[in-house]
Amino acid sequence: MFLPKAKVGARSHSNRAGYLFTGPYAILFIIFILAPVVTAIGLSFTNFNTIQTPKVVGFLNYINLITADDVFMKYVLPNTVKYALIVGLGGYALAFLLAWALSNLTKGPRTVFALILYSPSMTTGVAMAVLWKIMFTGDQTGYINSWLMDIGAIDEPIIWLSSSQYLLPIVIIIGLWSSMGIGFLSILAGLLNVDESLYEAAAIDGVKNRFQEMIYVTIPSMKPQMLFAAVMQIVGAFQNGTISTMLAGNPTPGYGAQLIVNHIEDYGFIRYEMGYAAAVSVVLLLIVQAFSVFFNRLFGNADE
Amino acid sequence: MAAYRGHRTNPDKFEKGQIKIYIMILPMILLTGLPIIFIIFHAFKPMEELFAFPPKFITTNPTLDNFAKLAKASRSASIPLSKYVFNSVFITIVSVLASLLFSTMAAYALSKLKFKGRTMMMQINQIALMFVAVAVMIPRYLIVNKLGLIDTYLAEILPLIAVPVALFLVKGFVDQVPDSLIEAAYLDGASEWRIYTSIIIPLIKPAIATAAILVFQQVWTNIEYANYYINDDSLKSLAFYMNTLTSATTTNTVAGQGIAAAASLIMFLPNLILFCILQNSVMNTMATSGIK
Repeated sequence: MFLPKAKVGARSHSNRAGYLFTGPYAILFIIFILAPVVTAIGLSFTNFNTIQTPKVVGFLNYINLITADDVFMKYVLPNTVKYALIVGLGGYALAFLLAWALSNLTKGPRTVFALILYSPSMTTGVAMAVLWKIMFTGDQTGYINSWLMDIGAIDEPIIWLSSSQYLLPIVIIIGLWSSMGIGFLSILAGLLNVDESLYEAAAIDGVKNRFQEMIYVTIPSMKPQMLFAAVMQIVGAFQNGTISTMLAGNPTPGYGAQLIVNHIEDYGFIRYEMGYAAAVSVVLLLIVQAFSVFFNRLFGNADE
Repeated sequence: MAAYRGHRTNPDKFEKGQIKIYIMILPMILLTGLPIIFIIFHAFKPMEELFAFPPKFITTNPTLDNFAKLAKASRSASIPLSKYVFNSVFITIVSVLASLLFSTMAAYALSKLKFKGRTMMMQINQIALMFVAVAVMIPRYLIVNKLGLIDTYLAEILPLIAVPVALFLVKGFVDQVPDSLIEAAYLDGASEWRIYTSIIIPLIKPAIATAAILVFQQVWTNIEYANYYINDDSLKSLAFYMNTLTSATTTNTVAGQGIAAAASLIMFLPNLILFCILQNSVMNTMATSGIK
């Protein structure tokens, strides 16, 4: 018995097999995910116009971003914070509430509702940008204008997509609309798999209503799903940021809905200031990272 | 004292208590569903209804005119629609298959084989869940350019194969395959490849289906790669073509709106159908999706 067992141990400790199996994924991961991030960090310390070789400028890009970039400080950063709080955190709370409500329904309606809630996230930006353009057409032939005038909320049509005032709320609504993605599905699955006996035990221990149950039983027993969903929700929120330029061009009118993602595109692909754009990219990656640290504190296990 | 007995998730039948929940959730369902229904109606509206004032939400005389015009618009262009369809189908199939193969292989190794660097690889992949691709569009472009991939199909395929979320979800599922199964196979003299193909793959089908949907969605709707990495129009994707069509014709002309809605619907439907077919597997996978 001893010999084959040792063989099993040796086999499952094979470095060669490990590298052969992870190799293809690892190579593509390094080339298209790791290397771009490292390059972005490197470029962020340079001045690079895509034609001449990058010139090292130290922290100048970051200093400029904080001290000299009025557009960033006055519009992009506040817009991004608002967007991330409402679509990221608000969307997350909404995903939890909706998933919780669905978990209390029978399988048939639950599946149909989940599908409806999930479907916007399958439309990812482009395909639906056209839909929003039609809905928010700026004269009385636009659907939203027409409805609002019908119910008497407004007297004359609003030029939604050229207005620096309304653009951000519109982008936020669209962001929320399409934010029930895999994070939402993960929460729903987590809720459906909470051990039923925990609820009975909690009821005996004095849990009095559904709210207490949610706080003391449900959420603690699905922390892993809560954390995964949080990360997906935040990443999704930032990934979706391109919707504003699809609706209103880049830069958006009066920088009304300029988000950090659009700022990167603006400097990178319109002005060709790659070093500066890279610095903004690094800031974005840090913001996402900060959110994730926050959620890790919230849902991570202290004993690990 | 009326003791609170603990509620039951996933009830078997309708109870009165659920009415509250229906009332709470229906407005959200309606708000979410309306835009989707709108695009369906809009795609089938005849010209006079597109022009109607006040605008009408519901189509009374559905027609395929918009789809016909969409086909016609592409016929007058130098590249036929069929070429874009071929490009997208080809790119999508290759990307999805490669992605599934590589991420299931990596998931098997990370979950069941012990080798140097395994923990580090897992941690890096976990951090990469937070990867926001648009943030590094520029360095990615520089790399694709350096590799000489500009104006090849590979530029639209390779960057989309390594999907950290897909690996993450599949690995979570492989973790549940009992080690004893694999040890038994070792004793029978099975190779790692054989274990991967005959034990792991059949047991993780739900996770594979989920990864397939995720990768499919990313590839099918992607326009950035065709936009930035491809100059040759004959290599561009259907999503890109639909997008140029919608941005060139919409909003200015009402007629263009119908075509654009038809184009949106064509891009959206495959996603929806695939998800409907595989939704059971997806929910099954999501149950194991936690970050531990």
